[in-house]
Order: sequence, then structure tokens, then C-alpha cells
Amino acid sequence: MADKENNKMTIIATKGTFDWAFPPFIIASTGVAMDKEVTIFFTFYGLNLLLKDTSKLRVSPIGNPSMPMKMPFGPKWLQKIDFGPKIPNVLWNIPGAESLVTWLMKKTMAKHGVAKIEELRSMCQEFDVKFIACEMTVELFGFDKADFIDGVEFAGAASYFDEAATGDHHLYM
Amino acid sequence: MADETLDASGLNCPLPILKTKKALSKMDAGKILDVISTDAGSVKDIEAFCNQTGNKLISTTEDGGKYIFTIERV
Repeated sequence: MADKENNKMTIIATKGTFDWAFPPFIIASTGVAMDKEVTIFFTFYGLNLLLKDTSKLRVSPIGNPSMPMKMPFGPKWLQKIDFGPKIPNVLWNIPGAESLVTWLMKKTMAKHGVAKIEELRSMCQEFDVKFIACEMTVELFGFDKADFIDGVEFAGAASYFDEAATGDHHLYM
Repeated sequence: MADETLDASGLNCPLPILKTKKALSKMDAGKILDVISTDAGSVKDIEAFCNQTGNKLISTTEDGGKYIFTIERV
């Protein structure tokens, strides 16, 4: 059983792409479901995961050579082909390529019953995961606090350490 | 017989666990919850969930790709 005295967990979420939006919310929501007390500190590009509008989050095949690229629909033989290594990376510079790939990934996820980002995020909030947005990067990148979802705390690195002072699960994503 | 049944069919990690947690939190101690899942990963995960939260996993059965977990709320 979980040690109730030492059950804190923190995550530093630094990435702001569609694909990397999932790990922090999946691990945090599962952590609280398993009786952990979880805080996520969102900094740099990770701040994008806290915006009300997540429609701008994209996954990019550029510089992402391990990304499998399989069709979520069509005949079985077609769905088995991994187009990732077959398509020259330079083609992904075509305008609209990222939107297309993001759309295909969303289709694939829906087909596999993977939760949407908003669903995982609101479950985290329902389970009282604490969201801290890095104040410095909010200012640095010119984010408008009104664009963030409700229930976000704006603070700095020292606040992260205050959260991470106890517990033995501290992850950087 | 279970007091409550949660159908998490078609849902993938971590949704079966999150929905199980929500369902259990609405129940009284000693009550029985049946969770139906099609996610093969949930076999290990439900076990781990019960292990960490203290809820009692009474049985796991498989029936044609459907897993049924019977859990007693602690």
C-alpha cells in the first residue's frame, strides 16, 4: 500500500507538442488515482498544455525519426505499413503537413480509445492535481493569463521545490 | 453479485483505472464493484491499482477478450 506520509509526486512538464501533452496528464491522473498527491510544474513549452484552446497543439514528424506513421483507416494491409521511414523528412516542411499528421494521430487515438487531452486534464483537476505555471516563462513568451484554464497557480522554481520537498517520485518530461 | 458494474470496454490506459477510482470513491466500504475492460494492459494495472490503494481484487476473469475484475472497496 502507498505510504500516506510520503506520497507526494511532482512532474516538470516542459514540452508543448500534441504527443507530449499526454505523458504528464496520464501519469498525474493515474498517480492521484493511486493515492498520490500530485503537482505538475509547467514550464517553457509545457505552458501550452494549460491553455483553454488546445487546438493549436501539433505533433511534428520533423526531427522525430522514431514516430510510427500508420494509417488509422483503410484496408488492413495498408494500416500495417509504417510510412515513417519511407517518407523523406524534407516533405514534412510542406505547409499543412503538421496539421495532417496531427489529425491522423487524433484519429488513431480515437480508434484505440485513448482519452483526449482535455479529458485527461479535467480528470487531473477533478482529482485535485495541482497545476503550477512558471510565471517567468509566462512573461517571457508573452502568454496572456486569461488564456489559461481556471485553477492554475502562477509561481516560480522555488514553489516547485516546496512541492518536491517530500515524496520520492519526481519526473521531468 | 456485484453492487455496481463499470463498463470500461473500448477504453485504453489510463481510463479504466481512472474510472475505477471514480466508481469506487462513490461506494461504501465492503461493497463490490465489477469492472469490465477490453484493455489487456488493465490486467496488470488493476492488480497494481488494488495493491497500492488497498482495495481488494477478488477475482479476474477473461471471456473472449473481455476482462472482468471484481473489486471489494476498502
